[in-house]
Amino acid sequence: MSTGFRRVRHGLRITLSEDETTVIRTLMEQLLVILGELPQGDPGLAELGISENRAAPDDPVLARLFPDGYRDDTEAAIEFRRYTESSLRDGKREAVEVVLETAKTPGEITLDEDQARSWLRALNDVRLALGTRLEITEESYERMDELDWDDPKFPMFSMYDWLTFLQESLVRALG
Amino acid sequence: MSTSSAPVEVERPRSEEDVRPDRPWLTIVWNDPINLMSYVTYVFQTVFGYSKPKAEKLMLDVHHKGRAVVSNGTREEMEHDVQTLHSFGLWATVRQDI
Repeated sequence: MSTGFRRVRHGLRITLSEDETTVIRTLMEQLLVILGELPQGDPGLAELGISENRAAPDDPVLARLFPDGYRDDTEAAIEFRRYTESSLRDGKREAVEVVLETAKTPGEITLDEDQARSWLRALNDVRLALGTRLEITEESYERMDELDWDDPKFPMFSMYDWLTFLQESLVRALG
Repeated sequence: MSTSSAPVEVERPRSEEDVRPDRPWLTIVWNDPINLMSYVTYVFQTVFGYSKPKAEKLMLDVHHKGRAVVSNGTREEMEHDVQTLHSFGLWATVRQDI
């Protein structure tokens, strides 16, 4: 199993097995699908970076990735979303693309600082998506210890746990 | 036309008492169970240029109190901060200081 990220002379390095590469690529591709499910609205306006969505998406995962910018001011929240949502989505997509481009084959990957920061954001977004689906709470780690190996949620939980380890190692290597 | 040395009643702007000093706007980060403590600290350091101790203190405030004010300034500045924090996946909102 991967020992996580570490700093080397010319960037950040990680070694991933074939299975680990597959897991990362699959999750990143799924994130791209989720990002694509955000309603796009008028293509002309979208091109100008203007979103027509008025409220946070119904899907809890999308709502977590695209939260409201104001809590108690609906009008301000709509305006904020109008002008920030598209570029937020573009940024998330770009980070995922960097992961997919740099993790094409198993083995050793060396990232420069910019690529590492993209990995960090993309890993975080994948954890946000997975964690929201798993309804992670502050007490989830205790719950996870009680999960049986044959529990249908077990694979997702262990994937989440592994991503947490990866992200933690990357924060430490970058910090 | 008459000239008078008598003080002229100038209509004073009524708003003198109504004008409130510019209330600063705030960026608030809310606690969530997914974002890692180390990551949130890293984001505060990267986005705001805060020292590690300051970033850690803010992160712990978010964690223990459920939220923390992480920056203040004009409304535009705060919207920019919130937009940046959203790009890092943090749960942030803008609010005017009360």
